[in-house]
Amino acid sequence: MAINWFKYSSPASFYFLAGKMIPLFTIAAIILFAVGLYIGFFVAPTDFQQGEAYRIIFIHVPAAWMSMFLYVMMAIWAGIGLAFNTRLSSMMATAIAPTGAMFTFLALWTGALWGKPMWGAWWVWDARLTSELILLFLYIGFMSLQAAIDDPRRADKAGAVIALVGVVNIPIIYFSVKWWNTLHQGASVSITQSPKMATTMLTGMLIMSIACWMYAIAVILMRTRTIILERERHTVWVGELQGVTK
Amino acid sequence: MLPAQPNGCNSPDMSLWVIQRDLLLAMRRRADVLTTLFFFIIVVSLFPLGVGPEINMLRTMAPGVVWVAALLASMLSLGRMFSSDYLDGTLEQMLLSPQSLSMLVLGKALAHWLVTGVPLVLMSPVLGIQYDLSTEALLVLTASLLLGTPVLSLIGAIGAALTLGLRGGGVLVSLLVLPLYIPVLIFGAGAVEASAAGLGAGAHLSLLGAFLLVSLVLAPWAAAVSLRISME
Amino acid sequence: MIWASWSDFFSMGGYGFYVWGSYLVAFACIAGEIALVFNRKRTLLKHLSLIHESTKEEKRNETTS
Repeated sequence: MAINWFKYSSPASFYFLAGKMIPLFTIAAIILFAVGLYIGFFVAPTDFQQGEAYRIIFIHVPAAWMSMFLYVMMAIWAGIGLAFNTRLSSMMATAIAPTGAMFTFLALWTGALWGKPMWGAWWVWDARLTSELILLFLYIGFMSLQAAIDDPRRADKAGAVIALVGVVNIPIIYFSVKWWNTLHQGASVSITQSPKMATTMLTGMLIMSIACWMYAIAVILMRTRTIILERERHTVWVGELQGVTK
Repeated sequence: MLPAQPNGCNSPDMSLWVIQRDLLLAMRRRADVLTTLFFFIIVVSLFPLGVGPEINMLRTMAPGVVWVAALLASMLSLGRMFSSDYLDGTLEQMLLSPQSLSMLVLGKALAHWLVTGVPLVLMSPVLGIQYDLSTEALLVLTASLLLGTPVLSLIGAIGAALTLGLRGGGVLVSLLVLPLYIPVLIFGAGAVEASAAGLGAGAHLSLLGAFLLVSLVLAPWAAAVSLRISME
Repeated sequence: MIWASWSDFFSMGGYGFYVWGSYLVAFACIAGEIALVFNRKRTLLKHLSLIHESTKEEKRNETTS
């Protein structure tokens, strides 16, 4: 049987699909956050080097991963919206940006609070924190460009161009900043090296990352639904919906 | 009236034609050219007043200050790259012309570089002396600016095309384009630092050259796409 | 249970300020973002229902007059 891929690409049908999916992701996020925090605070042992301060890792690393992951997802959706002219993909990209910016800010904030006890300074011009700061500027650039353009179609496409140009530049920015100054502790969790961390620490962090992911999906779907309503306000189905939800 | 278009002109002639036309227009309003240059000079001269005349400090700061001032100066005049053509409708004619739009935008960006970038490059040794840079450092600074400023104009063309005709477009273009300038700034200022530290600026300058080549190819195409989006 | 007592837990080995500082801000960001999305939807629905009312009144006036 031929799967009709495009059934949910129309904003109307996606609106109801998202409505059904949001509760699932919300519940998953809540459970995973609870489990992750429990492991992070009550199971993971004290770090021999940093004492208890390292527990910030359970929110700092997931936030940093999410900020980069969401920017790439935003660029992908924006690219699809630009290439196939599908309004819903561009709406999704617009919906991702604020959550991505929030996670970037969170990564910077928790990074600074972790840096203070470990390196003795709130802000250290090290490669990762600096690239994270630049990533925040890229998010702000995307959001302010879209806010400055009134016509939603042009805003979507212009945002798509700046998102794609940005995603091409992220590796360049990262390596140039790394070349410029590398002070940050070597990647304690990188795909190549074996993790230097105790397994419970690692599992706690991975659970928290998945929890952040679930949360991000739930919030982004909610914002997408609002954007759909905003842009489809003149359509019939919103009118009926409106009648229903008085 | 547009100058007589060379008949049967294929696309490389097109960008040459645009460069020639833009330079002609720029020469008519020479003030615009000088404002960017004076902005560059004033900003570079402001720093010693703020930081103090201590010469060692100034010498270490010089490349960063000159490069940041070059960044800001070239970004200031980005708004004018397309706006005059956009307002009097020639931009629409350019969009409709059979010639490839990216070659046209390449011409525009190079014209912007000639008008704003080259004066900065020529002026930077003089300002370097103000910061007591050694002659070798001055040479590397000028070379890095020569390689870097076209990249600024090319990437800036994308920002200018995206924010065409928007209210508050000037500030917005800086928000879009500054993060993308950062690698050029790092390797530009780093080149002078590396040569001063005796490491030689070869690596930095070759990377700047790489940025230049990549943006020469990709930026006009991206700016052309952005122009079509803005002019829809 | 690693922690001897709740006060030990909150002091977090002397780093309480930093650890709780980051987790409180994390929680505030998440709660804030959810509040923003709900607020945006609520104001939109209110706005839409206003339009809905006004169009309905126009229809009623047309029919009665």
